Amino acid sequence: MRYGLICAITLGLFTSAFAAPGFADEKPVQLKKADGLDKVEGNCGSCHSLDYIQMNSPFPSPALWDAEITKMIKAFGAPIDDADAKTIGDYLKKNYGS
Amino acid sequence: MITRRHLLGTAGAGAALAGSGLAFPKLDQAHAEIPNIDAGLPAGTRGEAVMERLPGKQPLIKLTYRPPNYEAPVDYFKTPITPNDKFFVRYHLADIPEKIDAKTWKLSVGGDGTNGTAQLTLADLKKLPAVEIVAVNQCSGNRRGLFLPHVAGVEWGNGAMGCARWKGARLKDILAKAGVKPEAVEIVIDGADGPVIDKTPDFVKSIPVAKAMEDTTIVAYEMNGAPLPHFNGFPARLVVPGWTGTYWMKHLISIRAVTKPFEGFWMKSAYRIPIGKFPGARFTSQESIGPNTPITEMMVNSLITTPSEGAKVKGGKTAVSGIAWDGGYGIKTVEVSADGGKTWQPAKLGKDLGKFAFRPWSASVPVGKGAQKITARATSVNGQGQTTELIQNPAGYHHNLYSSVGVTGA
Repeated sequence: MRYGLICAITLGLFTSAFAAPGFADEKPVQLKKADGLDKVEGNCGSCHSLDYIQMNSPFPSPALWDAEITKMIKAFGAPIDDADAKTIGDYLKKNYGS
Repeated sequence: MITRRHLLGTAGAGAALAGSGLAFPKLDQAHAEIPNIDAGLPAGTRGEAVMERLPGKQPLIKLTYRPPNYEAPVDYFKTPITPNDKFFVRYHLADIPEKIDAKTWKLSVGGDGTNGTAQLTLADLKKLPAVEIVAVNQCSGNRRGLFLPHVAGVEWGNGAMGCARWKGARLKDILAKAGVKPEAVEIVIDGADGPVIDKTPDFVKSIPVAKAMEDTTIVAYEMNGAPLPHFNGFPARLVVPGWTGTYWMKHLISIRAVTKPFEGFWMKSAYRIPIGKFPGARFTSQESIGPNTPITEMMVNSLITTPSEGAKVKGGKTAVSGIAWDGGYGIKTVEVSADGGKTWQPAKLGKDLGKFAFRPWSASVPVGKGAQKITARATSVNGQGQTTELIQNPAGYHHNLYSSVGVTGA
């Protein structure tokens, strides 16, 4: 029972205040405050809650975080541009990597 | 393009959902720390996981909110049947129907491997001969979080599983409504949930025709004598006893017979294991489209539920109990050791609810003073045992190391 498509809304509208729209009472997930967090919240948070990042930490190597971002873009179709992908990668490696 | 229906706005969203009485997670106030969270999980998992309550559920271990991935604490496995409100919740993608109306729900049957098409209502489904079966539904990645080195994914501990008495119609009886052609190779199943953006591959799976035609493969509309909980696939889900949960499609809406291997992402690229590393049935039609093979049957496994991790025990003869299960061959033996595996005592097997069910067991073992480890290992009727060394595979499936708890003897 899918509802209608909401085409007018673009990913750009997902700001940090809007990072958790999926479940009405989903508790906000606060990731580490550092450069790039806004891009992580805006891009990653539109499809899944940000606890996915905390859960998968701190074990990922830089290569694993790169592979995860590539998977989200190539396999899951996340519309993340190259500049944002780099910012997100830097943020994850620095704050949630090994 | 975003297909999610949940974009109701920010401030107004909670009120709108509350007013409509939708079955969406209204998280309980009892947001609590988890006692005894498994020390083997990644540090990040141990930091973010909390006990939370989804609508209609007892508190479960929340790993992720959206999509919701919640597992059961070990305590919930002290009975061989897992109550519906303690049953784990697992979704891949976050566009989940808030509510499904059983009166208007329909199941469509067709595909290029059928002679015709059919559409069944829930009432139609209930008119077919009913089958009841007790079976374990376990996520392929249960215990992924305990892999070393850690692998990416949902970092499950022990509780991405449950065992229920399922009631429903045989898949083969449903397929007969459309008539399966001899050249059909797989049955493709889809549920009502889907991706947030339309470029994300929908969660669609397939099973071999031979598996679909088994008497025990059913479309279940009851779980432990009640309708399925929303988050376990209301109003009907596929039940594939012996096989991992990935094939147990929730909120089932479509069944298609196909004459070529189904090449969707969730078959071709996900839920695959190296060929030859694990025992169990081979899904050969899928091997022609990828270098490896789809996961199929569950590995034999066990879990100690008493004593709990970190418990202080009296010492001397100590009661140990738990459950064991496998891919549908049945449990032959469970053995328990309290001396690091030097000696093993046979456990007494409890009530047999069928070869696909959790088998309870109990034993009494001598526990020495100080820090001790109690270990259990199960062997299935076909001779398969649990492993002492992890069988590494990229996605962290099929963890079936010996089960153990650390206790302190007085």
